[in-house]
Amino acid sequence: MNTEILGVIAMFVIMVLLAIPLGRYIGKVYNGDKTWLDFIFNPIDKLFFKAGGINPEKEMTWQQSMVALLVINLVWFLLSMFVLMNMSWLPLNPDGNPSMTADLAYNTTVSFVSNTNLQHYSGESGVSYLGQLLLMLFQFVSAGTGMAACAVVFKAMKEKSTQTLGNFYNYFIKSCTRILLPLSIIVAIILMFNGTPMTFKGKAQFTSMQGDTVNVSRGPAAAMIAIKQVGTNGGGYFGANSSHPFENPNYFTNMVENICIILIPIALIFALGYILKRKRFAWIVFGVMTLGFLLLVIPSIYNEMHGNTAITQMGILQSHGSMEGKEVRFGPAASAYWGISTTVTSNGSVNAMHDSFTPLTGMFAMLGMMINSFYGGVGVGFLNFYIFIIIAVFISGLMVGRTPEFMGKKIEAREMKIASIIALLHPFLILVGTAIASHLYAHDPTAYAGWLNNPGNHGFSEMLYEFTSASANNGSEFGGLGNSTPFWNIAPGTVMLLARFLPIIGPVAIAGILAKKKYVPESAGTLKTDTSTFGIMVFAVIFIVAALSFFPALALGPISEFFGMR
Amino acid sequence: MKQHFFPALRLTLASIVVFMGLYTLLIWAIAQAAPNKGKGETVSVNNKVVGYKLEGQNFTEDKYFNSRPSAVGYNAAGSGASNKGPSNPDYLKDVQNRIDTFMVHNPSIKKEDIPSELVTASGSGLDPDLSPQGAYVQVERIAKTRNIPDKKIKALIAQQIQKPLFGLFGPEKVNVLQLNIALDNLQ
Repeated sequence: MNTEILGVIAMFVIMVLLAIPLGRYIGKVYNGDKTWLDFIFNPIDKLFFKAGGINPEKEMTWQQSMVALLVINLVWFLLSMFVLMNMSWLPLNPDGNPSMTADLAYNTTVSFVSNTNLQHYSGESGVSYLGQLLLMLFQFVSAGTGMAACAVVFKAMKEKSTQTLGNFYNYFIKSCTRILLPLSIIVAIILMFNGTPMTFKGKAQFTSMQGDTVNVSRGPAAAMIAIKQVGTNGGGYFGANSSHPFENPNYFTNMVENICIILIPIALIFALGYILKRKRFAWIVFGVMTLGFLLLVIPSIYNEMHGNTAITQMGILQSHGSMEGKEVRFGPAASAYWGISTTVTSNGSVNAMHDSFTPLTGMFAMLGMMINSFYGGVGVGFLNFYIFIIIAVFISGLMVGRTPEFMGKKIEAREMKIASIIALLHPFLILVGTAIASHLYAHDPTAYAGWLNNPGNHGFSEMLYEFTSASANNGSEFGGLGNSTPFWNIAPGTVMLLARFLPIIGPVAIAGILAKKKYVPESAGTLKTDTSTFGIMVFAVIFIVAALSFFPALALGPISEFFGMR
Repeated sequence: MKQHFFPALRLTLASIVVFMGLYTLLIWAIAQAAPNKGKGETVSVNNKVVGYKLEGQNFTEDKYFNSRPSAVGYNAAGSGASNKGPSNPDYLKDVQNRIDTFMVHNPSIKKEDIPSELVTASGSGLDPDLSPQGAYVQVERIAKTRNIPDKKIKALIAQQIQKPLFGLFGPEKVNVLQLNIALDNLQ
């Protein structure tokens, strides 16, 4: 079999095999069970609790957890704005890079605090090493925030009837120290020994074989690249992200990084199975997500391997597939696989340029973000999926005439209202944002000529992609968009902010409300949620609510482009 | 709000110490054992650094294996791609021009033998590799320019081909810088 296809299959299989034991471990961490790493992490966590003045045993309600989450995020926001707007004179700036303007700093700050990592700057010239390290800090803590929120929901699903849902800080710190930190250390070491730089020296210079003088950007990259993948952050050290030879030196590192992109999102599903002692339910969730993932990834690989039809018409050899924006060492199959991996999760790192994908692959990447719950971001992916479960339970309950119950709790009007608002927020933000941008562009194409790198339908796709990526907290881009303008900094910045915190608060609120309700033991009248029938129902809800609301927009962008090229 | 503010502030400071400070230092310390102490591996000819092992560089002269087009001209101080959409008419014109230019420099080659990566820009603008086909298709030109038999150059490429990972995963490739250094040593 073709080695490129084999490489992709290997990535998927290894990822699932790693996610199962990791999920068990994560389940133990959130349950507070003993693990073999306790001897290292107990003292570290104690230091954190002491430094923070926190009693990890103190139970919090869901409201208290959410206030704690918002307050600590506010602190990070202020810290980040300060550093990014002043880094030119702060230490660790060997290349003399400038500070950011207020709008760019706002975009970057929101982007990293919200786990999005949309980057309107280039790492080599737009931030100092201190700035890079600060952004790396947010890659840890924003991922930890999402996982902590997810842990709160797990706890709520587990308890029969309770007011309190554990301690938010406890979940947060343990997510960072016990899960993200050790994985990042392992990945960083693998990367360094394959050639990724980790140095505080500035640019190096050499004379090439043809006599050109070349400056080479370096920096403490390995540390950041590890957490960017593990924490579904995606913000690269270098401008070209993981297509850069320093960020992703060879096919082996590509496999490692790509596995890390989806590893924790899947492991969290298995962690849920462990915590609830409902393995079957976890496998159903995994099955639904994987079905969606495969439906997106297989046609994408096919399209990229078959190349750009417009170039095929020029009569050259296309057996290497569509290579614009791709690297030879990865090839089209691994590039397409990464493209979908990074968009179904909220990672957003790239090893090939999405703007140059063939039209339908670009659409599948967008669909991954529009649905945003086939695996999804660390923690938040399951929260999005939870919303769809609630809606599916309600609809199927009505269809078969049973009381809608989930995990022994009645789902009533209040929960449904929250779920509907959250499910509709995502299409609302994306479509309204794109509509405003299109309106501005259409009314004065000369004034906004710098916005679009490509004409026609593809130009529209560039704007649609940017808002989709912002609202999915993804961070990948159709890079041709001239995005370093106040409009593109502020509008998607605000979208990221809303699309981060509301979809965290919503599911946690539902889980918290349900947790308080009386537990109804399973009976013959209960709708079973761990069957494949229910799995298909959830899939249908996702398809109808998420995918179809975007169909008109997709028809104007990638679908038209596809037919225009035939 | 107030009861959460000070824990948040103090936790943030602790996170700065651990995740910005200690984690970075630990990785940096381990880097001292990595190739070239984590400063990026260089390639030298006659004790002179001629490039970085992982990063591609510009090869446009006829006597060298040419590297792929680059949107940033192989300027490793930055990185980047063209970000051209597949249907963009200006972009397709560029590709057509590259094909024509290649045909001018390699008149003996048939158009259907030019692999797509030779006329398209990479993602990073620093792609160090070509597919084996991308190298073979340049042999006749180099042989003529350098006055070396075709066979010798083909043998050189065959030597330089890097197999898929474990022979199983991913594409075959050739590192252009290594190949050109070996080419210079041939004479």
